[in-house]
Amino acid sequence: MVARVAASRRSFLGHNYNLVGVIAALVILAWTLIAIFAPYIIPHSIGDIVDDDYFGPMRQGLWLGSDYLGRDMLSRVLMGARYTVGISLAAVVIACFSGVVLGMIAAVTGGWLDTCLSRFLDAMNSIPSKLFGLVVVAAVGSSIPVLILTLAVIYTPGAYRFARALAVNINTMDFMTVARVRGESTIYLIGSEILPNIIRPVLADFGLRFVFIVLLLSGLSFLGLGLQPPLADWGALVRENIGGLPFAAPAVIVPSLAIASLTISVNLLIDNLPKKIRDRNA
Amino acid sequence: MTNLVEVRNLRIEATTDAGRIVEIIKGVSLDIADGEIVALIGESGSGKTTVALSLMGHARPGCRITGGEINVNGKNMAALSEKERAKLRGTDIAYVPQSAAASFNPSSTIMEQVIEVTRIHRLMPPEQARKRAVKLFKALSLPDPDGIGARYPHQVSGGQLQRLSAAMALIGDPKLVIFDEPTTALDVTTQIDVLKAFKSVMRAGGIAGVYVSHDLAVVAQIADHIVVLKGGEVQETGTTAQILSAAQHPYTRELLAAFEPKRRQAHADADVVTKQLLRIDNLTAGYGAVRDDGLPLIRAVNSVSLAVEKGRNLGIIGESGCGKSTLARVIAGIHPAAAGEIVFDGRELQRAAGKRSQDQLREMQIVFQYADTALNPAKPVEDIIARPLVFYHGLDRRTRSKRVDQLLDMVRLPKALRYRHPSELSGGQKQRVNFARALAADPKLIICDEITSALDTVVAAAVIELLKELQRELGLSYIFISHDLSVVEAICDEIMVMYNGERVEQITPDKVKAATHPYSKLLFSSVPKLDPTWLDGLVRDPDLVSQYGHR
Repeated sequence: MVARVAASRRSFLGHNYNLVGVIAALVILAWTLIAIFAPYIIPHSIGDIVDDDYFGPMRQGLWLGSDYLGRDMLSRVLMGARYTVGISLAAVVIACFSGVVLGMIAAVTGGWLDTCLSRFLDAMNSIPSKLFGLVVVAAVGSSIPVLILTLAVIYTPGAYRFARALAVNINTMDFMTVARVRGESTIYLIGSEILPNIIRPVLADFGLRFVFIVLLLSGLSFLGLGLQPPLADWGALVRENIGGLPFAAPAVIVPSLAIASLTISVNLLIDNLPKKIRDRNA
Repeated sequence: MTNLVEVRNLRIEATTDAGRIVEIIKGVSLDIADGEIVALIGESGSGKTTVALSLMGHARPGCRITGGEINVNGKNMAALSEKERAKLRGTDIAYVPQSAAASFNPSSTIMEQVIEVTRIHRLMPPEQARKRAVKLFKALSLPDPDGIGARYPHQVSGGQLQRLSAAMALIGDPKLVIFDEPTTALDVTTQIDVLKAFKSVMRAGGIAGVYVSHDLAVVAQIADHIVVLKGGEVQETGTTAQILSAAQHPYTRELLAAFEPKRRQAHADADVVTKQLLRIDNLTAGYGAVRDDGLPLIRAVNSVSLAVEKGRNLGIIGESGCGKSTLARVIAGIHPAAAGEIVFDGRELQRAAGKRSQDQLREMQIVFQYADTALNPAKPVEDIIARPLVFYHGLDRRTRSKRVDQLLDMVRLPKALRYRHPSELSGGQKQRVNFARALAADPKLIICDEITSALDTVVAAAVIELLKELQRELGLSYIFISHDLSVVEAICDEIMVMYNGERVEQITPDKVKAATHPYSKLLFSSVPKLDPTWLDGLVRDPDLVSQYGHR
């Protein structure tokens, strides 16, 4: 067979990837590492007031300036990564897991179970997410578990709808009929026949939902309903330092950039996931 | 320059997703004279559609015409700009696609779409175009030529739609029409009307044509010359008579041989009393709301009875929509029957598969038409075949692995294939894996629902041979559902003809010529023969056609 190689493309382990995706993945990896190791690398404790001035500029020792109380901004952003990434991740895992499992079960079982689940979750979906968060936090108070659960509940119906739509398509395929006639259980059908076929879009949805949750969490924190001081995620950091905006203080810009860099990177990574090369002769 | 079309040394390249360049057409040359119909024939992937499209200067996405000349009516299509090509399309060259149903816009009337070409190219005023379209409808023997244009695509049948797409192609008075497998998706009884209509219109207008197909018998009826393609190269060229009677190239001979599969040997133990494996009594099933009498509104299968004996095969034949696939699904319990009895191996079966015992499910396996959708694309072949082994037989890892090797061997697939995913297999290989999965259950009866319909002639013949061999070795029974008489004849001991949800007749293959029921007669006489004069010489009883043909 005549074969020449066209203009060079990046490929690795049988996958095509592109530069944007790699950079995005590196940014996410960096934030993840920071979230894990933050307590060991922060130069100051997040509660310590180390600067004489408030909204101090960037300078040696205080690399990202100081906040409205003169605390070290670098330490607070690094520790903030921990709360933002950690809470969002926990929430998105719960939301996607329950949504996807319920969605697949609904698609495979059909009938009244499908109808009941769909109507119930549609009703959940119709409640505005910020409002729901406000009400819950106002009612039971704000703590990390409450935040995680609230965010997960808000984003479960979306994940359910998405997974159900995908699973319904797979459910009509002949191999599902073959498996049913074989006498397979629902658990086998959803875990072994459907899930491998929808896992890629589900992962993309996972990433997207993660971004929404980061933004909603930041929003709640900005409104003062998120983490309570002295703990602070990035949204809370923006809020408490909003007074520095007229002075162009890094204390308000840096956490905003952090939110932007994480959410945009996740988005870009989803859009540029490595593609498997199907050409086996390459 | 004497020929309308002269293709010289055509080369087309494609780029794969790994960035590798593959030459898919390797120096094809062909000529088409004025008013002549040339058929491009070959298996799927042979490049026949790619060559046909290149006559319009078109290459599908990812493909490029990299060399050679495509002279159509004195213009080199490969060298023209896209704008100049667009001018020629519809006026000089027209295209009739394989699936007319997918090519019509469902939201505008047929007439609007048929005369669209004249509007785009400003050929004639709309009034005149409509008159011309009606004339074409008449020439293509469409029913109600004056009124059909006002309908929407979903209001006409598949065969009619295919002829309407020919009208669309012919309205710009082209010199060359490209037919891309236009009858592949049609029933044999419909196919004849469409072929006849195409042939007479092309003759009358002296229009040259390119007819792409994998069915040699169809091509024999309509083409003057045949070009046999394989692997992007011309294997053989000749007049239709030459190719049919004195084929030179081994591949052409293989194609010819595949057309006439060997008859199944009559059973040596025919006089031995055979045991009944499956009996069905007055089975009725359908779709839609259940009415007061417990039967569904639309009955797809109406009071059908049949019997299959151990080690013997039953063929079920009929046109699309006759209920043969529904019958298969009812027997397998996928679509529970509304009334009737299914007795399998001496015991009555529950109507729904979910209520049958695991052993009953295991003993009756169903193999579907489209191996593409019947195999989970996310799993490697070994997992697909091994699942019934775990599920029914509870084999451990090592015996399972051995058994997978055995099964692959049974269906004549190399062992190395077990690590591949279905998307990395050819159509024939997929169908074999599909079949191996059914065999893995150790069934007594396999229901084959159109399993060769999506395959090329040569591949289908090989699959049929395989089924026969396996039957000899394993003592299986098949229920073989197909719309292709030659396939059913080749493998079945008995043939049941279905029409409109009912059993019309049951005969043995050697008595096909002596069918008694009028519909069977029509059906059997509609199967194309390799003889090029067959279509012209075919005389069909007009009463029969009007009664049973869906024109």
